Amino acid sequence: MTIAVALTGFVFGSLIGTLGAWAKIGGGALARGVADAYTTVLRGIPDLLVIYLFYFGSSAVLTPIGRFFGAEGFVSLPGFLAGALAIGVVSGAYFTEVFRGAYNTVSRGELEAATATGMTRLLRFRRIVVPLTLRFALPGLGNVWQQVLKESALISVTGLVEILRQSQIAAGSTRQPFTFFMAAAVLYLVISTASGWSLSRAEAHFTRGLRRA
Amino acid sequence: MDFAFLYDTLLTLLPGVPLTLKLAFSAVALGAVLALGLAMMRLSGLRALDWPARVYVFLFRSTPLLVQIFLIYYGLGQFREVRTSWLWPFLREPYWCAVLALTLNTAAYASEIFRGGLLAVPHGQVEAARAAGMSRGLLFRRIVLPVAIRQALPAYGSELILMIKATALASIITLMEVTGLAAKLIAETYRAIEVFIVAGSIYLVLNFVVTRLVLAAERRLTPHLRPAPVAILNDGGAA
Repeated sequence: MTIAVALTGFVFGSLIGTLGAWAKIGGGALARGVADAYTTVLRGIPDLLVIYLFYFGSSAVLTPIGRFFGAEGFVSLPGFLAGALAIGVVSGAYFTEVFRGAYNTVSRGELEAATATGMTRLLRFRRIVVPLTLRFALPGLGNVWQQVLKESALISVTGLVEILRQSQIAAGSTRQPFTFFMAAAVLYLVISTASGWSLSRAEAHFTRGLRRA
Repeated sequence: MDFAFLYDTLLTLLPGVPLTLKLAFSAVALGAVLALGLAMMRLSGLRALDWPARVYVFLFRSTPLLVQIFLIYYGLGQFREVRTSWLWPFLREPYWCAVLALTLNTAAYASEIFRGGLLAVPHGQVEAARAAGMSRGLLFRRIVLPVAIRQALPAYGSELILMIKATALASIITLMEVTGLAAKLIAETYRAIEVFIVAGSIYLVLNFVVTRLVLAAERRLTPHLRPAPVAILNDGGAA
């Protein structure tokens, strides 16, 4: 469940980050302003507040809509969706900066060469910009992933049964909190070490064409 | 928008600010001392000191802070030895547990920042100081530390902001700082969006002030990187 919620949030975040980076690089003044405000605000407030906003705030928005369609009582997002959305929105701000930085390292010459060979904008984006940006963004993406993984522990406040919530339940019923929270810590350690290892493998794979200084 | 409610919310949340700041500052101050020790251990070149520091940093950086807080606040009470020791009056209090967890956590991150700063001190400057006959202590105090602090400051600034954001987690172990008060207010009024706006603005203001302070400190510590005032430029033009 931890991995599922973290992965969903990660995907949401990368979509938002792509949009944000696009707005910051190629957007007009309005789009850039919105993206700047978004990254400043989301990187300046605690993640826990954002999770509360999505978990409790979603019902404030959804209940009137639900009423309109004839639903009775309270409508709210399930913990999983609210949590994944919150993680996505928070990590989206970090994604934006990672993608923007990576795009800026793509050399102008390669873009010009693509235009010169007559690629359309879409083809150029798909064949040149995306692979190169991803290659440069990989270390940054690894950082964001580790952060998202640790953030997913906060989702336990919404009652979603992921690693931490499960160990809270177990700690409560067995009265051995140290044992179970330690087990949770070890699980996170294993997940982050394993993903760190595969990320460095991926980095070695995708930068094999680069000359080392 | 209901400004009367926003104003009431602000009045409810502001009393949480001192606790938020107290948590952040005690953790940062204690964490910096611990981090400097860890960074020195990593750089000592002795295996017996290097490895424990490495393991410490690895453990604290790859587990969520919330798990660390739970381990300390709920977990330690499992052992009778802890409950009967002289430390128990502290470890029973959520405040001290939060400070301890935040300190241990930030020390791991900050030690890597300090290590980077210490490694970035140019060899030539250390050699020059040695050639001038400085003792090890004097060399560290006058040359290495100031240069390292200057190098580490930008990264340390973002760690400070992360710490202010991390104090929000203390609300989960019942501490009523800004986020704790906000969560309580949301539960009482069901107006998450308004409360979020106010609480978020409080954190933004705090972080804005911290960023400004770090920038000012950075400016003070790097006089050589500032553009020269025009008057000096004109005088020095002949030289």
